[in-house]
Amino acid sequence: MEHIPILKMGAFLLVTIQVDMHDQLALTLQDDLTGRIAETGARGVLIDISSLDVVDSFIGRMLANIAAMARVLDAVTVVVGMRPAVAITLVELGLALPGVRTALNVERGMDLLREAVGERLAEASDDGRAE
Amino acid sequence: MTAAPASRIPEILRKHEAALLGDWMRRQQEAVSRRRDLISDRELESQSREFLALLRTAAQSDGLEATSTGSGWAAVREMLTGISRSRGLQGFSPSETATFIFSLKPALFDRLREELGKDAAGMFEEVRRADELIDQLGLYTTEVYQKSWEEVIVRQQHDVLELSTPVVKLWDGVLALPMIGTLDSGRTQVVMETLLQRIVETGAQIAILDITGVPTVDTLTAQHLIKTVTAARLMGADCIISGIRPQIAQTIVHLGVALGDVLTKATLADAFATALQRLDLTVVRTSASRR
Amino acid sequence: MTVERNELLDIRTQHDVVRVRQRVRERAVEAGFSLVDQTKIVTAASELARNTLEHGGGGTARIELLADGGRRGVRLICEDRGPGIADIALAMQDGYTSRNGLGLGLGGARRLVSEFDIASRPGEGTRVTITRWK
Repeated sequence: MEHIPILKMGAFLLVTIQVDMHDQLALTLQDDLTGRIAETGARGVLIDISSLDVVDSFIGRMLANIAAMARVLDAVTVVVGMRPAVAITLVELGLALPGVRTALNVERGMDLLREAVGERLAEASDDGRAE
Repeated sequence: MTAAPASRIPEILRKHEAALLGDWMRRQQEAVSRRRDLISDRELESQSREFLALLRTAAQSDGLEATSTGSGWAAVREMLTGISRSRGLQGFSPSETATFIFSLKPALFDRLREELGKDAAGMFEEVRRADELIDQLGLYTTEVYQKSWEEVIVRQQHDVLELSTPVVKLWDGVLALPMIGTLDSGRTQVVMETLLQRIVETGAQIAILDITGVPTVDTLTAQHLIKTVTAARLMGADCIISGIRPQIAQTIVHLGVALGDVLTKATLADAFATALQRLDLTVVRTSASRR
Repeated sequence: MTVERNELLDIRTQHDVVRVRQRVRERAVEAGFSLVDQTKIVTAASELARNTLEHGGGGTARIELLADGGRRGVRLICEDRGPGIADIALAMQDGYTSRNGLGLGLGGARRLVSEFDIASRPGEGTRVTITRWK
């Protein structure tokens, strides 16, 4: 069975999707990512879709699912590199990708992750102090 | 239904091809609509010769229905499409373009009379068939001409839309899109494409959509705006909508349009100030003495 | 109107769905579509082909390159002999999900194309035809 590689970069996981995925491969990625987040305690996931020239409702739902599952495991998800034609098509399809943060590229995405995770750490320590 | 006798037109096209070409060329050259400035005699002859050959092949293999799906007639139509489109774009009028086909009629009739002169009934039938065939081809030519002009108009409309949708870089990371006129779905497509392209090119993080120049905002317009905002968001850029006149604010509330968490500001200046703030930028006066 | 190219593909596996996407992309490029228009028809094709596989139990995809006067277009006809759709209007609504929880994406697909046609009867299968013109 094929797997899309998941890289660990400090407290974050990085996935670059470069193939035209069939559905099973997408589901496998979902499972693999959820597993890795749990096992590494990653605080953030960055998914690079700059190579994708098509994102249909299945892949769209996969991205939203990954974000939702990551959230439950206390990790933030950022999707980067969506192409203009893909964005226009997704909007027309009516897919809003709830819970998914976006950035223009990997660099911005990493900045966004650090910021978001920093915020969450601040929230967590506030809660502690409120007691 | 009794079977009609096979037409002799295919045979006549073959037997008299050279004479037919000569006669046809003469009629085209003598026509009032001859545009020597747009097409040379040599080119015209080459086109006419090629057309006659295709016509002969089609008539021999597929019968005399110009609209048939046989490969012979498909080739004839393809050549006519090419000629009609290019003539239209070169500046020929519709009737000048149609002359190419219609001037073939008298030339073909003359050849029919030569071959069938002694058989009045037979000749009448063949003339009728030839007449119908040439008419079909002539009409086809005119239709293609029409369609290619429609395409030019659509393309020009698109170009005008693009020109009227300038995307301005206000600062590093901040784009402004002053929207002017009504927002229909065609316009929105162009706006989205232009905006997203500029976001990629400039790496913008904030896009200000200024609707001061948009006369009315109805539910449809609001939907188009939201689509644009959503598309920009998917690429990591936040949007601020500015230029909201009081009447428009009322309309939006009245219509129950859900702008969600899209930030809105009354003026472009306010939106710009907010954008700078978001990017942790500040404007500082450089010299205290200059007032 | 003439059909310049005509190809029939089987939809039996997920890889077939990928292949339908690729072939539709090729035809769209041939028809001279802009990048955005290419993406729209390929995305719509993906929705249809997946439905044929997942809801229809497998079927066929016919991909055609069309020429009509001066303009060109791409047509996809996805057909299956599966359970069919009982309430088409309902299935076309955004957010509609069938019993196994997968949305059909038909409403969205329709917005991406110039012409959309669906014929389906419970127990008799489904045929969806989409066309996009340049």
